[in-house]
Amino acid sequence: MIKPVIDWLVYEIFKMPHGAILSEAVDFFLYDTIKIFLLLVVIIFIVSIIRTFFSPEKTRAILSNKRTYTGNILASLLGIVTPFCSCSAVPLFLGFVEAGVPLGVTFSFLVASPMINEVALVMLWGLFGWKIALLYIGSGLVVAIASGIVIGHLKVEGLLEKFDHKKPGCVVPGAVMTVKDRIDFAKEYTVDILKKIWIYVIIGIGLGAWIHGFVPADFLVKFAGRENWFAVPLATVVGIPLYSNAAGVIPLVSALTEKGVALGTALSFMMAVTALSLPEFLILRRVMKLKLLIIFAAVVGVGIIFTGYLFNYILR
Amino acid sequence: MKIEILGTGCAKCKQLMANAQKAVKESGVQAEVIKVEDISQIMNYNVMTTPALVIDGEVKSAGRVLSADDIKKIII
Repeated sequence: MIKPVIDWLVYEIFKMPHGAILSEAVDFFLYDTIKIFLLLVVIIFIVSIIRTFFSPEKTRAILSNKRTYTGNILASLLGIVTPFCSCSAVPLFLGFVEAGVPLGVTFSFLVASPMINEVALVMLWGLFGWKIALLYIGSGLVVAIASGIVIGHLKVEGLLEKFDHKKPGCVVPGAVMTVKDRIDFAKEYTVDILKKIWIYVIIGIGLGAWIHGFVPADFLVKFAGRENWFAVPLATVVGIPLYSNAAGVIPLVSALTEKGVALGTALSFMMAVTALSLPEFLILRRVMKLKLLIIFAAVVGVGIIFTGYLFNYILR
Repeated sequence: MKIEILGTGCAKCKQLMANAQKAVKESGVQAEVIKVEDISQIMNYNVMTTPALVIDGEVKSAGRVLSADDIKKIII
C-alpha cells in the first residue's frame, strides 16, 4: 500500500534512474522509515493504554506473593508492558524487593522489561515479519523467566548492598484514571518515545539502507555466518557494554543479516544490547554487590547465547 | 516551600529539575529546589519510578517529566 506511493515518489518525482543502487537505497530508506513510524505510532499508543492499567504499584502488588515459577512467568509478561528507563532501575528494583517480591522474580522483570517492548516488536515485525517478531518475544520471555529462576535459586539475597532507610508504610495507590486520563497519558507517552527514538530509527534505517545498497551480499558470512561457531558468544559479549534501545539496533540488525550474519547471531547481539547495558549496571551497582551484578550478567548472557545458537539451528 | 526532585541522575531527572527551577522563577513563588540522588532518601518517599517531584514532603508526581507549566499549576 505504501510501497507504490514511495516508488512513485522516487522514480517519478525525484526522477531517480531505475535499477541504480542509489535509487534502491533511497527507496528502501523512505519505505521502511514511513512504514516503521506508522507502526510505531499505532502500537506504542495501544501499548501505553494497556500500560495505564499496570502502574508500578499494581505490578508490585500482583507479584509480591506469588510462588516462584508463577511469579517469574508473570514478572516477565508484565515486563513487556511496563516501560523501563534505566534511571528507574534502582527505585523499581528496591520497591519490588521491599514489598516482598522474591529476588528471582524481580530479576525476571529486570531482564524482560528493556528487552521485550513494543518498540522492538514493531520494528522486528516491520523489518523481519511477524514470525521472527514472535520468536524473539518467545525466546526473550524464556531467557527472562529462566534467568530469574536460576538467580532465585542461587540464594543471592546476601549480595544486596545494605543501606538504611525507613521501612516503607502503606503503599500509596495510584490515582484512579478515567478514559480521558488514559488517552492523554498514551498520547503524551507516544510523543515522548517518538521524540526520543526518531533519530535512532532514521540513523538505523539509513545505515541499513546503505548496507543494503552498497555492501556486497554475503560480505559478512565469513565473519559471522552460521558456520562460524563462536560468532554467537562474540556477538553477545560485544553487545553487553553497548547500549541502545531497540529502535536503534534493529534496522542495523536487519541489514547485517541481509549481508550474511546469521539471524540467531544478530538477535543475540540485539538481546545483549538491550537487556544488559553498562549504564544500567552502573546504576544497579548502588544496590547490588559487584558479585551479584556479575552473576546477573553471566546468567542472562548464557541464556542469550543459548538462544542465539537455538535460532541458528532452527532456522538452518 | 521545599521542592525536591528525586532521581538517580539521568537526563530525565535533570530535565525535571530544570523545569522546576523555571516554574519557580516564573511564578515568583518562594521555594528552594533540591535534587535528591541518594537512594535511601528516594526510597523513603516510597517512589518506584524516577524522576519524581516532591513538594513539602508530599509526592506530587512520579515517573514523569512535568513541564514547567504543569509544575507552576501545582505550586501556585
